[in-house]
Amino acid sequence: MSLRKFITNKTTAALAVILTVFANTSVFAQDAAAGAAAATKVDMGEVYKSVIFYILVFLAICLFIAIVGKAIRVYELSREAQGKPVGINWNRVHASLFALFLVLGLYGVYWEYTVHGAMLLPDAASVHGKRIDEMFNLTLIITTIVFVVTHILLFGFSYIYRYSAKRKAYYYPHNNLIEKIWTILPALVLTVLVLMGFLTWRSIFFKVDDPKNMPIQIEVTSEQFKWSIRYPGADGVVGHKNYKLTTASNTLGIDFKDLKSRDDQMADEMVIPVGKPVKLILTSKDVIHSFYMPHFRVQLNTVPGMQTIFEFTPTITTAEMQQKTNDPNFKYLFYCAKICGSGHYNMQKVVRVVSMEEYKTWLAEQKTYLNDDLRKQFNLPVAPAPAQSGTDSAATDSAAVKTNQMALNK
Amino acid sequence: MSTIALHDEHNHDHADHGHHKETLISKYIFSMDHKMIAKQFLITGIIMAVIAMGLSILFRIQLAWPDKNFPFLETFLGKWAEGGRIKSDFYLALVTIHGTIMVFFVLTAGLSGTFSNLLIPLQIGARDMASPFLNMLSYWFFFTACVVMMASFFIQTGPASGGWTVYPPLSALPTAIPGSGMGMTLWLISMVLFVASSLMGGINYVSTILNMRTKGMDLWKMPLTIWAFFLTAILGILSFPVLVAGVVLLVFDRSFGTSFYLSDIVMGTNILPNEGGSPILWQHLFWFLGHPEVYIVIMPALGISSEVISVNSRKPIFGYHAMVYSLIGITVLSFIVWGHHMFVTGMNPLLGGVFMITTLIIAVPSAVKTFNYLATLWRGNIRFTPAMLFAIGLVSFFISGGLTGIFLGNASLDINLHDTYFVVAHFHLVMGSAAIFGMLAGVYHWYPKMFGRMMNAKLGYLHFWLTFIAAYLVFFPLHFLGLDGVPRRYYAFTEFEFMKKWLTVNVFVTWAAIMAALAQVAFLFNFFYSIYKGKKAPQNPWESNTLEWTAPVEHLHGNWPGEIPTVYRWPYDYSKPGHDADFIPQTVPFSQTMSSNLPHDFEGNAEAEKIQQDWEIANPVTENKG
Repeated sequence: MSLRKFITNKTTAALAVILTVFANTSVFAQDAAAGAAAATKVDMGEVYKSVIFYILVFLAICLFIAIVGKAIRVYELSREAQGKPVGINWNRVHASLFALFLVLGLYGVYWEYTVHGAMLLPDAASVHGKRIDEMFNLTLIITTIVFVVTHILLFGFSYIYRYSAKRKAYYYPHNNLIEKIWTILPALVLTVLVLMGFLTWRSIFFKVDDPKNMPIQIEVTSEQFKWSIRYPGADGVVGHKNYKLTTASNTLGIDFKDLKSRDDQMADEMVIPVGKPVKLILTSKDVIHSFYMPHFRVQLNTVPGMQTIFEFTPTITTAEMQQKTNDPNFKYLFYCAKICGSGHYNMQKVVRVVSMEEYKTWLAEQKTYLNDDLRKQFNLPVAPAPAQSGTDSAATDSAAVKTNQMALNK
Repeated sequence: MSTIALHDEHNHDHADHGHHKETLISKYIFSMDHKMIAKQFLITGIIMAVIAMGLSILFRIQLAWPDKNFPFLETFLGKWAEGGRIKSDFYLALVTIHGTIMVFFVLTAGLSGTFSNLLIPLQIGARDMASPFLNMLSYWFFFTACVVMMASFFIQTGPASGGWTVYPPLSALPTAIPGSGMGMTLWLISMVLFVASSLMGGINYVSTILNMRTKGMDLWKMPLTIWAFFLTAILGILSFPVLVAGVVLLVFDRSFGTSFYLSDIVMGTNILPNEGGSPILWQHLFWFLGHPEVYIVIMPALGISSEVISVNSRKPIFGYHAMVYSLIGITVLSFIVWGHHMFVTGMNPLLGGVFMITTLIIAVPSAVKTFNYLATLWRGNIRFTPAMLFAIGLVSFFISGGLTGIFLGNASLDINLHDTYFVVAHFHLVMGSAAIFGMLAGVYHWYPKMFGRMMNAKLGYLHFWLTFIAAYLVFFPLHFLGLDGVPRRYYAFTEFEFMKKWLTVNVFVTWAAIMAALAQVAFLFNFFYSIYKGKKAPQNPWESNTLEWTAPVEHLHGNWPGEIPTVYRWPYDYSKPGHDADFIPQTVPFSQTMSSNLPHDFEGNAEAEKIQQDWEIANPVTENKG
């Protein structure tokens, strides 16, 4: 066997590649062995952290790729020198890779749907959330079908119609009928989705209050990086705020001139009764935040200078959800979803959905925003009896408001 | 018409007498040649892309290992990564600048700037752009914008960190986040420069396409690339000025105490004097650009992939007219969908319903384009060049990302998906990956035209497969984080019990991202090495029909040495039955292809049809038809 033949031999080329791979790995093995030997002295953790280590690994990979590339080149040149047809039919390689990618990809999608898909939020815990979930599922089914079919076509065509010198492509510039069909079909499907979405959207944001079942008002104010919750108190209405009244003791700027403010209660968590509509009044003190309560499919930005309102009805209590999810530590949460600064990633509060009785007992324990300090500030009589009857308090309040207004007008 | 003819004449003489003396500066730096400017845009775009990709790796490291220390980070980033851990403020700066660079500098200037400049004159048959000087200015404004943006990494308070959408008040108040100090000022300056650059480019592209097409190149004979660049430029011209308006108002709010976007703000207990503004106004102005911007990014990529898919399938693009009309449809509709970014921002819910309708309508032309790509591949004879691989990858990403858009465009579903990782996954597929793949397809395809040399195909294959797989591994799992209610732009997932189950996914995604980043080394090496050492390019390496491949490989100012070739046919006569070769360049008159002419080709020209009929009678079909 002549030397030239030896070099150009296919098997020799393959052997060369295998040899280099082996050489490389054995070098690595030696490195590892040396590392192990030195382990008594050197902390390997530091080595692994060091950038140089990874750069070296990467360079080794590059070297390996370069060697493989050269080997392929040598192989192809040798074929060429021998006058044989081109060694590697890259068109076939890529066609097969696309076919393989299709199969593995579809499996990957299936795996994602079943494994990661099982780690998602539990079923919606609100009335409108159920409608959103239904629509989500419908959209998911439609899009998944389209996704799978189009990808089968895309990669399938890539595989079937790979280049062949014997064949000529089919000259097929257009077909108006087909084009009309695949314009109208997506349009129809989308019309269905749009209609459903539109009706759901309107049912969420354009609610007519039922006088027999008035929603509970809860005001949530965001600031960097915390939430303040304000319950309306006995009158069921949260009172006015004016940001200009903000002080260290009145951090929300509640205007206690407004009678409705005086019984407003503060809370450390949001407790809401199951089955009762809740009207969230969302505001912000500083920058835009987003009030996000995913278990209830509720999200709305809190914007300084304006109120945003979201009304929803919880349907599953925390205890029930703990059972449903089989997680005794399960908690409903709301947190911030709009970039708002360095503490954006940790701006959360717990939501507890309870029975009406529990809610009432809990509510009775909450303190009012109005405390003795603020009373002095607003020139209100200090420490009135907390359980005054409605008419009494209104009378004293209005007197207090007058003095307060005068104080403010100075 | 006469002025253009004169212009041609002048250049013609010019080319015959050789070049006037070109200095290094006039050739490589302040060049007014569209081909050189295209290369400048491309290389600047690539450098910016590498930087932005590096930033993304930094924050991916933080997300994957939120409680580990990486001393090398401190070495590079100093006080922003004290103790080897990226700080929360700086994390936000990283995502902000990553987004800004990728969207504006890479996918707008790097993609549209490169290929509009390179291909418009070459594919429509013009000596250069309508205004070469404006074209040069366009690049230098862009370059300055890049420099100003990068400069913000070297100031005390760090770069802008309010997210790439820089919503005020966060972006307006330095007390809210340090990045809103000097860094934000630089961001705004950079953006004004960038918009100026885009406008100069866009006006140039539109006027060149409308006025300087060669003889015979009517609008319906233009390649789809040109249609895409044309409509992209129109979008840019109409929408970018709105961003400048928004930016100027923000500058006023920040520096001169006005209250366009600010009202009723209390930082701690410090009551700010601003009254009467609305943060929502910024969002309207921003997204009035921001949404067309998405299409400014994707349309050139779609145009490039149309061309690449047709050439390499050896088949005419299916439904050329439908492709153009769907581009026009996207262009028009993209102006009335911006509100879908604002469903839950407190915008009047009535508008939400309206914007949902317009948004889902825009899915129709996008669907048509996808189906037409598939039909083009059907019964083709597909050559898997690196460009073709990337174009197929683009179609795949466009499908995947487009379908998730149907969720987000639905206002009701958006309530729970807004600002979560679902959004991140969606736009990184449809706008990030798809547009980048379009750009890479363009680079591989037109590299011979740009540098007169070929890129190494095998490295291209390696680059494609690693990137394609890695991109899916990175972005597909992120959808599920979003569906579990994980918001985007979270510095760490450690503070929430339910997010801890995603930490392993984050580690996986980060490794996939690192793999994608390293795969780009194959591209970078290939790109820069081939400029000097690549194989010399043949005249028409892909056997393509379009006009640019008739221009000599060696660049010359004025593109064609003699007269500009005349165009006789549309650019997609591939594998036409009756013709011996499987492509017929646009410059070949029908009189030379009598055996393959179709009645449709003559567009109702009775005389030509008569000639063809006479010829067919004289030469009855024997064996070579069909």
